[in-house]
Amino acid sequence: MGDFLQFNEVTKQYGALKAVDGVSLHIRRGEFFSLLGPSGCGKTTLLRMLAGFERPDRGRVLLDGEDITDLPPNKRKVNTIFQNYALFPHLTVRENIAFGLRVARVADAAIKQQVDEMIELIQLGAHANKKPHQISGGQKQRVAIARALINKPEVLLLDEPLAALDLKLRQRMLLELDQIHDQVGITFLYVTHDQGEAMSLSDRIAVMHEGRIEQLGTPAEIYETPHSSFVAAFIGDTNFFDGRVEALTDKDYCRLTIEGFPPALCYNDKRKQPNELVHLSVRPEKFRISLEQPTLSPQHNLVEGQVQEVVYLGSQTKYLVKVQEYLLAITQQHSRFLLDQRPIKWDDRVWVWWHADDGYMLDRYREQDEALMEMPAH
Amino acid sequence: MTLLFLVPTALVFAISFKPSDPWGGIGAGWTLDTIRSLGNPNYPAIIWRTLWISFVTTACCLVLAVPCGYYIARAPQRWRRLLLLLTVIPFWTSFLIRIFAWKVLLHPEGHVKRGLVAVGLADESTMLLYRSEAVLLVMVYTLLPFAILPIYAAAEKFDFKLLEAARDLGATQWRAFRQIFLPGIQRGLLTAVLMVLIPSLGMYIIPDIVGGPRSEMIANKIAQRTFVDRNVPHASALSAALTLAVMAPMLAVLLGRRRREGGR
Repeated sequence: MGDFLQFNEVTKQYGALKAVDGVSLHIRRGEFFSLLGPSGCGKTTLLRMLAGFERPDRGRVLLDGEDITDLPPNKRKVNTIFQNYALFPHLTVRENIAFGLRVARVADAAIKQQVDEMIELIQLGAHANKKPHQISGGQKQRVAIARALINKPEVLLLDEPLAALDLKLRQRMLLELDQIHDQVGITFLYVTHDQGEAMSLSDRIAVMHEGRIEQLGTPAEIYETPHSSFVAAFIGDTNFFDGRVEALTDKDYCRLTIEGFPPALCYNDKRKQPNELVHLSVRPEKFRISLEQPTLSPQHNLVEGQVQEVVYLGSQTKYLVKVQEYLLAITQQHSRFLLDQRPIKWDDRVWVWWHADDGYMLDRYREQDEALMEMPAH
Repeated sequence: MTLLFLVPTALVFAISFKPSDPWGGIGAGWTLDTIRSLGNPNYPAIIWRTLWISFVTTACCLVLAVPCGYYIARAPQRWRRLLLLLTVIPFWTSFLIRIFAWKVLLHPEGHVKRGLVAVGLADESTMLLYRSEAVLLVMVYTLLPFAILPIYAAAEKFDFKLLEAARDLGATQWRAFRQIFLPGIQRGLLTAVLMVLIPSLGMYIIPDIVGGPRSEMIANKIAQRTFVDRNVPHASALSAALTLAVMAPMLAVLLGRRRREGGR
């Protein structure tokens, strides 16, 4: 089942820059698959190789067992939703949607019937005879989807399809895309730099970085068990600690010394040995924070710090807490609200703790990832 | 501009209805003789020739200019500058000198003729100069930049992603070019037609220099009436007829454009 769509050792080079560097990727039929990464990571090049606009220097692209590497774009059973929709400005909504069928020489009556069905599906009956510049961004988006889906492609490629929309509309289109995927049941390949979009829509995600796949997995796997510092920093917010393994406390846990921070207990699933240099990553929501000292099991880490900033966001509150030389980003959900309880304020001395299982050890990152690590964690 | 254009035009139209005097001046009173003289049996042939040379010139220019405009617009930035410079460089040399240069090239002893004879495409007796084809060739050469520039300007604004979209939806390269690119640069095409067709209809110097007696165009007749016959009213009548002929396609284009924009 995993071999419906295959990239085998695909490489594409532009001058000295390796846009895609030996990528192998297998995508299942009917899957909602996302390529996620910062701009210039090679995700769009990969998509364009599937659409047929770029030819890989090395490697093959296979669709349903057929080698399509050298097929021109018009011979492939894939359709693309372009970043700015690329609707034909001189054609009406109806003519735009009908374009693919006209090219395929479908009979006029059949075209009319299918286009009518599509227009009904995207609920643009009132705008069918308007030109693209007369309709709104969200409507253009739907026309682009209809124009692609009417050709019944094997794979629908979406190249940052929501980037041009404002936040509210983006959230609505996310839901619509999800519904459309459920309805038509074809494979979606979604390219985005927005981790929120990828997390909420995808069955699986490939996180790309510098032409390679850093990690491939379900959204939960990628968020909870990042394979690299890059993935941990790119997906969601996190706190990084530069540590060194001091001692193995038992077969599952180890103690880290961290310069400028109290020593910390950490789950050692990577079988790190004493004196290895590591990163410890702790997500902001894994911390607990309190004014009173809690009583905890020995699997917890407890440190004392001073509140530097409090940002109340309604559903949650963000704190920046100074612990020795580190500034921790902490988010707390409000499980209950007691008016007479004194809230944590700026400059308070607080206790911060987390379970050793919630810290995640990673290899030290490469020099070039430094910039990403410095992004403020909120 | 209106003043400088409308007043002389009105004068030309007015003089068309004046009698001529034997000394080359304009007589008193009004007459329709000049209009009647347009019925001269020589004219239909000349008008027909003027029209076909002009339309063929326009067609040739478009066919050459569309690919030029397309490739210049798609070329990388620094190439684009160079190609545009090459397009306008002929303007740095006087129009007249360039036409005389063609006369030298096409001359029985010229390089073009010699080259054609050498490869066996022509024999010694073939006359390249003083025929309508020579007029056509030099007119296409002269007017081509006026077609390339507006087409390039339109192509440069064209969103080439649309061609990818068309290919993605199953169109061949040619179909995407025809159904998406050409409509996309429609304004540039119309401007190019006007920029080539109108000067062609009034072209005087090219048929005069590289053309022979049987490739005369209407503008040559006007010049002849003025300078040789010294019959200014008669020349005016011809000019007025030509002006009307030139205005017709221009108005058609303008009206067409307005109607399309009204529909938007």
